[in-house]
Amino acid sequence: MHLTPDEQALLDGELGPAAQKSMQILVTLGRIYGAERMLPVGSVQVAGVSYDNLGEAGLAWLAEMAAGGGQAQVFTTLNPAGMDVENYQSLGISEDFAEKQRRVLAAFASMGIVTTCSCTPYLFGNLPRFGEHIAWAESSAVCYANSVLGARTNREGGPSALAAALTGRTPAYGYHLDENRRPSLHVKVTANLTTTIDFGALGKAIGDRMQTAGAHRVPFITGIEAASLELLKSFCASIATFGGVALFHMLGFTPEAEAHPPPTEVLTITPAELEAAKAELNPAGGDEIDFFSLGCPHLTLAEIQRIARALQGKQVRKEFWITAARPVKSMADRMGYTAIIEAAGAKFATDTCCVVAPIKGRFRVMATDSAKACYYAAAKNGFVPRLLSFEDVLEEATR
Amino acid sequence: MNLSGRTIYPGQVSGKALVSRMGISFYGGVDPETGVITEAGHDLQGQSLAGKVVVFPTGKGSTVGSYILYRLKYNGLAPAAIINAECEPIIAVGCIIAEIPCMDQVAIDQLSTGMRLRLDAERGRLEVLA
Repeated sequence: MHLTPDEQALLDGELGPAAQKSMQILVTLGRIYGAERMLPVGSVQVAGVSYDNLGEAGLAWLAEMAAGGGQAQVFTTLNPAGMDVENYQSLGISEDFAEKQRRVLAAFASMGIVTTCSCTPYLFGNLPRFGEHIAWAESSAVCYANSVLGARTNREGGPSALAAALTGRTPAYGYHLDENRRPSLHVKVTANLTTTIDFGALGKAIGDRMQTAGAHRVPFITGIEAASLELLKSFCASIATFGGVALFHMLGFTPEAEAHPPPTEVLTITPAELEAAKAELNPAGGDEIDFFSLGCPHLTLAEIQRIARALQGKQVRKEFWITAARPVKSMADRMGYTAIIEAAGAKFATDTCCVVAPIKGRFRVMATDSAKACYYAAAKNGFVPRLLSFEDVLEEATR
Repeated sequence: MNLSGRTIYPGQVSGKALVSRMGISFYGGVDPETGVITEAGHDLQGQSLAGKVVVFPTGKGSTVGSYILYRLKYNGLAPAAIINAECEPIIAVGCIIAEIPCMDQVAIDQLSTGMRLRLDAERGRLEVLA
């Protein structure tokens, strides 16, 4: 692998042990994947933030990198934490957990990483341009950046994303290269999709088939008639969760789709298959819904506006988390949406979400409009999921 | 017997081989507090990786697995070394951050549990002592 003199100096430890360890990670990954050189990256999104996933050893590793002189060389943002940094008590997070989570965030901040604590960095300031090389972790954001924005990133893990942040480099392989961005499967959608649960179900229907069809397949999707930021965000989270998909093209909606002829191998998704995917996300059993959550991925301001309008003058009857990024919530504060939502008894769970917060076993049945949240509710937290439309979640919570 | 391989993380070490014919998922498949493989149906289920030269085809599962290797090291329960047929990023990154000697592209079908191995991961050399 060719390294520039600057990159070799990092590898030789001339800029400290954290940069050296980072370069060792990147060079080794490059060697495994046959990269010929490093690429400068425009931005980084780091995952592995919740203390619930990191544990004491993960925290020790971050502290070691910070003590080793690690400093972000490019603009770097952070995935959700295990709690609302300011409002954790009302979410039932213990002081002990909060103290450990704050140490994790302090370690990241000391390395110059902006503690945005969100899975949607593209909503506020980390918005890569078309064709820009980036190194992002967080599978839903990776899929959104590659597919919807046309930026270029592999699916980084926590340590490899941190290594990219501390060096400003990533090895040139995978989705950074033209040849790996070509579609390999034509997905014809004959169902009519209008809601986040339709798009979430489509992500599961395609994703489940990608699992068996082999890794690194790029779907080319046709037949979609309308798709907003919110619908695409929901779709990205789902197809990444169920199929490990990092890149898709959607004719009429994503910037690289026109550049490719449709692949010859065809997969058709019918209305019946879409309904079957929804049914699988709504398993039988469980009692009454005792937990509601909207905001997986984190909510846009437009979605918070819709929630405020629906909850105006009403009361929610169970625990209800509104999960969003701090900068988006601050606009909701100014517009009075936060006051309306909190007066209705719902809680903002800013900086975190129902996937990464330490809430395993705390609830029995969780209602959400997110296919991804349904998966983790069952797999990680032991809840029975209920997939309802955005409006039905609000309706059901205030019934 | 002498075998060769590719350096993933350098280091010289000798130890007893613990050989699996199956992939290992460190996240969810290995208990970081005991070093024991917990995955149901795994051919090493119930066995401890601590201090062994662990030989298996490749890693699998979540990228959080890299942190589990670091956690094993932190708890004094890490493998002495890891030898793969094909190393993938979860194991590679885990070995780098935990500083566990690691080689891949080794003819692992020549190895069996209980063999005493000496490896020089930096030079890509592996010697079967007994």
